[in-house]
Amino acid sequence: MTAFNLAAIDIAWLPICPLIIVGVSAMAVLLAGVRVRDDESQGLGVLTLALIALAFVFALGLLGQSGIAFAGAIAADNFAVFFELVILISAALVVLMSIDYLPAFGLSAAEYYALLLFSTFGMMLMATGGDLIVIFIGFEVMSISVYVLAGFLRRSLKSNEAALKYFVMGAFSTAFLLYGIALVYGATGTIKLGPIRAALSNPMAGNPLLLSGIGLMLVGFGFKVAAVPFHMWTPDAYEGAPTPVTAFMAVGVKLGAFAGFIRIFMVHLGPVSPDWSIVLWVIAAFTMTVGNLVALVQVNIKRMLAYSAIAHAGYILVGMTAAGSQAGGAILYYLLGYAFTNLGAFAAVIALERRGVESDLITNYRGLAVRHPGLAAAMALFLLSLTGVPPLAGFLGKFYIFSAALNAGLVWLVVIAVINSVISAYYYIAVIVAMYMREGEAVVGALGRRPAVITALAVAAIGTVLIGIYPEPYITGALHAFNSAFGAALPRTASILP
Amino acid sequence: MLTWVPIGVTIGFAALVVAIMVTINRLVAPRHRSPVKDLPFECGNPPSGSAWGRFSVHFYLVAILFLVFDVEVILLIPWAAEIRRLAGFGLGEALIFIAVLVVGLVYAWQRGALDWD
Repeated sequence: MTAFNLAAIDIAWLPICPLIIVGVSAMAVLLAGVRVRDDESQGLGVLTLALIALAFVFALGLLGQSGIAFAGAIAADNFAVFFELVILISAALVVLMSIDYLPAFGLSAAEYYALLLFSTFGMMLMATGGDLIVIFIGFEVMSISVYVLAGFLRRSLKSNEAALKYFVMGAFSTAFLLYGIALVYGATGTIKLGPIRAALSNPMAGNPLLLSGIGLMLVGFGFKVAAVPFHMWTPDAYEGAPTPVTAFMAVGVKLGAFAGFIRIFMVHLGPVSPDWSIVLWVIAAFTMTVGNLVALVQVNIKRMLAYSAIAHAGYILVGMTAAGSQAGGAILYYLLGYAFTNLGAFAAVIALERRGVESDLITNYRGLAVRHPGLAAAMALFLLSLTGVPPLAGFLGKFYIFSAALNAGLVWLVVIAVINSVISAYYYIAVIVAMYMREGEAVVGALGRRPAVITALAVAAIGTVLIGIYPEPYITGALHAFNSAFGAALPRTASILP
Repeated sequence: MLTWVPIGVTIGFAALVVAIMVTINRLVAPRHRSPVKDLPFECGNPPSGSAWGRFSVHFYLVAILFLVFDVEVILLIPWAAEIRRLAGFGLGEALIFIAVLVVGLVYAWQRGALDWD
């Protein structure tokens, strides 16, 4: 009997430090909150915030790392750290929105914050995973926690419907992903991403096992990022879930899913990209178009933002179709700006929410500018950034992604994307029109006056503006994060920086 | 294209088998209906009461808690089988795993999930 070779596992605690902190924090918060009453749970939120900040500091310390750990199961690179940082920022903003939301809606705080941290853990694991099984585990930890969070308004039928739809569809998509992983394993003989890439450089094009596997994995990730035609669950799930959870679904889940999606497809399935990039082209075109066209007719702001999130997934898929090192950096920058902008928009929605009142209709925003000019201005800022108006973060994100796509020769896809951006202006600006140019009795609930919600709004607004008007460090950082991790593996493309 | 033929053959064969079985069943199965045969359970007690009766939610909690320990045992068996080779490292891993589960148990206990009343 040979002794188990520990050296072969290559245990490195440092790269998974932020993960361990978030995972242990989730359990600590769960135990700390056992005796906390539902209406006095603010302290638990502050504790969660402090623990997220701790993980953020440790993740920040990991910047500049490169290599793999745990025999390839953990990818310790700047790409992973970039995503971990953005995911932690998003989680922190969601906690800020939740601190007063939970007592106001009578929700159990210990379980809420623990599930939030567990799903954050899953997202970070997806970003850090270096083999298909680790990424799959991250996928599941993230998804299962969010399924429960979506149904957290236990007495609301809509919330129950959201959780059930999300769960059934999500579990279904998980099966697709897992089957895809199995087939890719069968075709390449390994689950580790590096060796998969190496195996693909052999003539493997057209191998039916590999193609089926890639297709099934595409379906699995397509569900999670809400790409058309796998988007059906999105509006119902977003509408019914408690609004801070909706914000987390629209930003955090998308960040985690795209982290895994990009690492697997853009980078490690790069050698067979002719096989899947045409599929991605079509999915991107449909995702943008369907998302934007259906968003036009929405009367509920959460449903509108759900379709807007679908459309934005489409823009990111344009970047993925473009492939190459520059497109990767552009997507990272886009996601950073998208995180602040979208979280801000949902924070503004929370400010108008009141328990037991149907407050999510866009007509309820009429006259907001007169009664609460600050809130209306912030909401207008986020909506303009989502539209892609300079000088906000959303504009430059689109600019970089479309530039990279043009450099890759995807002229028609960029034409579709730009037309879609114009369409999207209609429904984003419709809300601004309601706020500024219509007479109405917009009522801001008690939540809109709480310091935590206002802080979340302010941080999101500052982020949206700062990343937009002073993009240099962020786009350089995003490009560096992507290229220091994968630059050697990808074809060099023309720079997107002017 | 030729590589897809076996898959097509498999699908065709599977469909054929299902069709044959259903047809044979239709042809040869005896069908003598009687009130007894229409009962949900042909042997045993005659059913009584509504199937939509309510159960205490405690059963659900107990089932969930059972699941925790059920899965724990399944995942500990591979470790137990290789316990000598994995030595101290494996013991540490197993203890961490159990500690995580204990957190869940302590939470359920503190929230009163174990009290039947």
